[in-house]
Amino acid sequence: MAFACLHIPDFLVQAVVRSEPALRGRALALVEGTPPLCRVVAASEAAIAAGIELGMAKAQAEQFRGVEIRRRSLEQERNAHAALLDLGGSFSPRLEDTAPDAILLDLAGLDALFGGAETVARQLAQGALGLGLAARVAVAANPEAALHAARAPISGFGFDPDRTTGVQQPDLSGRGFPGVTVIPAGQEAAHLGPLPIGVLGPSAEALETLDRWGVRTCAALAALPVLDLSERLGPEGVRLHEWARGAGRRSLLLAEPALCFEEELTLDYEVAELEPLAFLLSRLLEALCARLAARSLAASALRLRLQLAPMESGQAPGGYEKCLSLPVPLRNSKLLLNLLRLQLQADPPPAPIRAIFLAADPARPRVTQGGFFLPSGPDPETLELTLARLAHLVGESRVGSPQLMDTHRPEAFRMRRFVPGGQAPDRSSQAAPAAREHRSFAAGCKYSPHPSGFRIFRPALPARVEMRAGRPAIVYFHGLRGEVLAASGPWRTSGDWWGKDSWQQDEWDLEIRFAFSGSRRTANPSLQPLQLQQRGPQRGLYRFSYDEIRRVWLVRGVYD
Amino acid sequence: MPSITALRSRVESSLAGRIPAPFAYRDRRVVDTASSGIPEIDLLAGGLPRGGLTEICGPPCSGRTSLLLSALAARTAQAEVCALVDGRDGFDPHAAQAAGVQLEQLLWVRCREMEQALRATDLLLRGGGFGLIAVDLADMAPETVRGVPLNAWFRFRRAIEDTPAILLLLEQESNAKTCASLVLRLDAEPARWLATCEDPGSLRHSWTCLLDGFGVRAEKIHARVQPVKEIVFAGPPWRTAGAADSSGIFQTRTGWSYLNQPKTK
Repeated sequence: MAFACLHIPDFLVQAVVRSEPALRGRALALVEGTPPLCRVVAASEAAIAAGIELGMAKAQAEQFRGVEIRRRSLEQERNAHAALLDLGGSFSPRLEDTAPDAILLDLAGLDALFGGAETVARQLAQGALGLGLAARVAVAANPEAALHAARAPISGFGFDPDRTTGVQQPDLSGRGFPGVTVIPAGQEAAHLGPLPIGVLGPSAEALETLDRWGVRTCAALAALPVLDLSERLGPEGVRLHEWARGAGRRSLLLAEPALCFEEELTLDYEVAELEPLAFLLSRLLEALCARLAARSLAASALRLRLQLAPMESGQAPGGYEKCLSLPVPLRNSKLLLNLLRLQLQADPPPAPIRAIFLAADPARPRVTQGGFFLPSGPDPETLELTLARLAHLVGESRVGSPQLMDTHRPEAFRMRRFVPGGQAPDRSSQAAPAAREHRSFAAGCKYSPHPSGFRIFRPALPARVEMRAGRPAIVYFHGLRGEVLAASGPWRTSGDWWGKDSWQQDEWDLEIRFAFSGSRRTANPSLQPLQLQQRGPQRGLYRFSYDEIRRVWLVRGVYD
Repeated sequence: MPSITALRSRVESSLAGRIPAPFAYRDRRVVDTASSGIPEIDLLAGGLPRGGLTEICGPPCSGRTSLLLSALAARTAQAEVCALVDGRDGFDPHAAQAAGVQLEQLLWVRCREMEQALRATDLLLRGGGFGLIAVDLADMAPETVRGVPLNAWFRFRRAIEDTPAILLLLEQESNAKTCASLVLRLDAEPARWLATCEDPGSLRHSWTCLLDGFGVRAEKIHARVQPVKEIVFAGPPWRTAGAADSSGIFQTRTGWSYLNQPKTK
């Protein structure tokens, strides 16, 4: 059996650096508390080397040049811990949520999937790096040995010149094993021996007692007789003795990582422009997508919530929310950023931004099997971006697939989101169904029929009609005068008479002859559906309707 | 004086990475085509060329929309995803469904002006994956469409080259010039009316006759490429010859014309 412990040293600092990668490697001090009582609660190695001390007042810390001061962020710590759990869950289903900065994994059965323990440990460390966290991984035969080896603090590091032992000797000044450590079974005591007993987590009284006795390392503690130790320190002494020998045995308290993918960021300065906001969103999206990828999931929707600065002093901060629902689960951070940018461009936040909250609804990635005989369609991710850009260009309600409504009302349809289906082509005939029907009926007829096309005027054009003998004779519309050569109608349609939106109209199909001496222009150049250039008479087939309710003539469209 | 071979190898090496095989001859004239849904048009033009720009031009009521709907129906029946850039929002979904267009396979972009139509076309071409992209500028004034710079059509042609997509352009007159692989001009033939009863005088009354349809004469103005396949039509009533002809006629029918036998007026 083997257990791995993934530990994030300086967790508070790393949680902040994860959201601001530019701070990595630099002197950074975190403060907490209400001004003027802010104190340093965590600091990076470079800040410690520069002279920062824990507990120092913020004003004191600001005196040090080159040291960045940030507030401690509980949201960032929560996000980093959640990312750690996601990473562990991607390797083993048996993991324990030991501490905010450490998790334990049971590596049993992972050989066939990932390789040996050392390979798994290196992949864990690599995965943590991908999430923006520098982790230390230790593998041992029992969870406690792995936990203590990973959490042992580090400052310097020295190798055992006697390579036959193969034991890495830590610097006794307090720091343990960097990077990846694999403790072979049976050598736990040898590896943990040089470590200070502080890594075992004794109580303050026990630590003071052991220090008075001169017992300062795990090896020294392990050498004490356990019976006498139990008499002096009680059960805690027995437990510490067992851990010092690397012999602790317990089962993991299994944790089920929640399917919660959220990232938060509280800004030190308000952001009012879209470009810096996009930069921050890209970082959050990269972190979210990395966590989704670790769990083999994708995002089916993105929820963005922004905390805005108050419009006037004394007012409560405002809020801004956007929900981006995706027809296909996506995990591409660049694509998701482009989609969010288009939404924000169309509807920008009304005030500067103080905090960003981004959450993804997880879903299984869609797996499609292309058919050998099916034509390839648009790539779903590219199509989603194209549709978003088209919606930004012409309006969201003007892009999509038309869907006819179940009503007799003329021209009733709705626009729905375009999601191309994957149906197989109709191999029973090479022609469209309507054309097949035409042909089957027209077999033996003189003509080879095809459906007549019809173009609608949106909005319908107002017209004036002179009637003779109950049928239109002369029509006037759009600056044109036409003589009706043939007419079919009236064909009455009506409906919804029980409601407020009732309709009743008489439709006519008219063959009209226009007589021109040149091109005609209307006063409004944008309304020129009937612009003609040729000289001489022109004919056309139009559909007119007389609206019985409004008592007006309208030109609905033209047969083309 | 360096030899031709040395010059050629020098040019090839300087263009390596940017233009593969710059001196290799490519036969651009033979391309794959797809059916327009109307056999007379397929016989006339060999079908709609894939990877090329096809212009359908003609005055209003000349049958352009009928040809567009037939092409959309033929492509969607083959499970291809199609897009329609509607320059003036004149598309009728009811007529399209009656023509056999599978609306769930059709992306309809309802534009308001030329600039939107051109940008939407650009986005669709760059997105890719569509079997047919139709740009309907038929309702736009000819001078507006004439104002589109030629490099826009050239850019569209280059974007669709080497792809299996068909770019169909509907307008009142031809504007793409040599950028078009195929240019068809349509003109209307007289309309046909049919009587709803046996009375020979019924066609004189508006309430006893129905619009049956109209004829469309298609003329092939320009064809830059040679289709892979040639359709040979033999027999009555219309055609007896093949690719050498430059015009053809097809008849359209309205959706209710199957209620009665057709009778000419």
